[in-house]
Amino acid sequence: MPAVQETIDQVKAIDVDQYKYGFVTDIESERGAKGLSEETVRFLSAKKGEPEWMTEWRLDALRRFNTMEEPDWARVSYPKIDFDELYYWASPKSVEGPKSLDEVDPELLATYEKLGIPLREQEILAGVEPKNRIAVDAVFDSVSVVTTFKKELAAAGVIFCSISEAIKEHPELVKKYLGSVVPVTDNYYATLNSAVFSDGSFVYIPEGVRCPMELSTYFRINEQNTGQFERTLIIAEKGSYVSYLEGCTAPQRDENQLHAAVVELVALDDAEIKYSTVQNWFPGDSEGKGGIYNFVTKRGDCRGKNSKISWTQVETGSAITWKYPSCILRGDNSVGEFYSIAVSNGYQQIDSGTKMIHLGKNTSSRIISKGISAGKSSNTYRGLVSAHRKASNARNFTQCDSLLIGQDCGAHTVPYIESKNASAVFEHEATTSKISDDQMFYCLQRGLDEEGAVALIVNGFVKDVIQQLPMEFAVEAQKLISISLEGSVG
Amino acid sequence: MLEIKNLHARIAEDGTEILRGVDLKVNAGEVHAIMGPNGSGKSTLSYILAGKSDYEVTEGEIIFHGENLLELEPDERAAAGVFLAFQYPIEIPGVATMEFLKTAMNAQRKAKGQAQLSIPDFMKLVKEKSKDLNVSMDMLKRPLNVGFSGGEKKRAEILQMSLLEPSLCVLDETDSGLDIDALRIVSEGVNKLRSPERAMVVITHYQRLLDHIIPDVVHVLSKGRIVKTGGKELALELEKNGYADYIEAA
Repeated sequence: MPAVQETIDQVKAIDVDQYKYGFVTDIESERGAKGLSEETVRFLSAKKGEPEWMTEWRLDALRRFNTMEEPDWARVSYPKIDFDELYYWASPKSVEGPKSLDEVDPELLATYEKLGIPLREQEILAGVEPKNRIAVDAVFDSVSVVTTFKKELAAAGVIFCSISEAIKEHPELVKKYLGSVVPVTDNYYATLNSAVFSDGSFVYIPEGVRCPMELSTYFRINEQNTGQFERTLIIAEKGSYVSYLEGCTAPQRDENQLHAAVVELVALDDAEIKYSTVQNWFPGDSEGKGGIYNFVTKRGDCRGKNSKISWTQVETGSAITWKYPSCILRGDNSVGEFYSIAVSNGYQQIDSGTKMIHLGKNTSSRIISKGISAGKSSNTYRGLVSAHRKASNARNFTQCDSLLIGQDCGAHTVPYIESKNASAVFEHEATTSKISDDQMFYCLQRGLDEEGAVALIVNGFVKDVIQQLPMEFAVEAQKLISISLEGSVG
Repeated sequence: MLEIKNLHARIAEDGTEILRGVDLKVNAGEVHAIMGPNGSGKSTLSYILAGKSDYEVTEGEIIFHGENLLELEPDERAAAGVFLAFQYPIEIPGVATMEFLKTAMNAQRKAKGQAQLSIPDFMKLVKEKSKDLNVSMDMLKRPLNVGFSGGEKKRAEILQMSLLEPSLCVLDETDSGLDIDALRIVSEGVNKLRSPERAMVVITHYQRLLDHIIPDVVHVLSKGRIVKTGGKELALELEKNGYADYIEAA
């Protein structure tokens, strides 16, 4: 196989740090002991070659985690997670994955095909165990893309690497900012993440730099095998701008796995961070078995004046989603935005929303949330808007719209609004609607089939949010929403 | 082209009988007007032709192009050439009229095994047909029927009709909600679509629409049956004498 050999040679020629772990290492033998203990954390930290201060940071988190209780206020239900039954180094799925595409759920493959993902990448995404290194070249195709970008980014002074690399190469930045937005003890899952985070992205945009391209985890396929506890840190220095895209737009083959990620954003004076997510993890099968528990803490700190952080998310996957991307509007005149589409079908449970904490003067925030429930799913919007004493002239506009498809799903809206400053003005609008029989009949009469009609009506419903996504993501997001609602009518 | 034989139908939910033996034959190239008082079953007939699931056919049949129309799903009927211009066109929030037109045209092309329209070809067609109906680019960019005036809604219906090129056009009270100018524009749009290959069924309360769209045959529907059939002069007679005679006749 000369072509394969050629690829391997090329790959060897490229020095890509993030591949020190993962594919090059023998995955099967790289599984740590089961269970959550100091040994596990030390083992993991040592494997990653981390400095002492990082190991201590993790151990501190673990000690605190051991004193915490799992929260139960969210509108979701699931069997209690036994943390001693989980692995925290290397993921079992890369060892127990299907041997070839023949063993992969045909429904999953049909989805990949609709998304137009090439066969090679389908194998990787479905977690097929590599027979030889053929699967590598698809991965490394992406890597070479990353590498090309890296040169351009380096020229602009932008640091874009894995968090593991940043811990070693840029410890002063990591020490300064890690845990500064989401403290170690922020919440149960964030504390767990702090103890055992596997990898994630690190982005640093220097003062006055407008990042020359959209940064994306899409190309960093290696993360899919270590992504159980992702940790992402993005820092935008004064007057800088970055747009970051997160997520894989193909469902991953996972069984009832816990994903507890933490994302921290820091925007200094006049800086802007735009963070977009398209999440389509395995939502469980048609009977509600399996699927990802997605317990994520995402928070942005508008630390400087006139800074802006914007979250845009399209959530179609996971069995359970527990996620509240938030903004702390600390700097005067800072702006926070949250645009969300949450689609639930089958037995999915979503409890998601945002928090806008107004601390500085003249801060403003905007929340547009579109929830779509189908099947037997439950979809809750939970949001907090608060103005502290000094937050004079704080402004918020919130719009929460829910769309129901079918008879057995539920949509809930739980807004919390707190104002300690009399000059704050908060507006909240909420609607709940159903796709009416008349709308369906009208579309059918024009020749659309049932799925086409639902897709069209739903895409109309979510348009305000889709418009916020970068172009190439918007098209994929629309496709995803249609796919995840297939079979929800009729 | 279309043959309705002894059609009986009721409301699926409560069993109320609406149509009690409708017979109607429409040949290609003909325009048939169906007139009648409120509650006679005119709109029901149009919905049944289009396949709305709120109604149940209990007896009789509908043959369209030699096929049993009642066996087809609503979208299959659309692809087979049935178009219903709604009395109250439905709002589709967030979906630009242009987007809706493209989706519908491509859905029907797909059902017929034809290639999808390219964007330039589609734009050319839309611009050409919109001009005749006085539909502006601005209106095409707005969400379908959302905040449209009565006249805009009806013009949008006829625009869809002219782009989808159905062989059977069913117009349900297309004149309702139209002022005189809008009535003229809409009627001209409909008249442009008259052709030897196409049949039309025009449902209306009033003669005034038939001054603009001149029918070949006029039927009077009363209490779920066609009680009188005549030429265009029948409409004038109804205008003068009202439906009273026919309500009793039924």
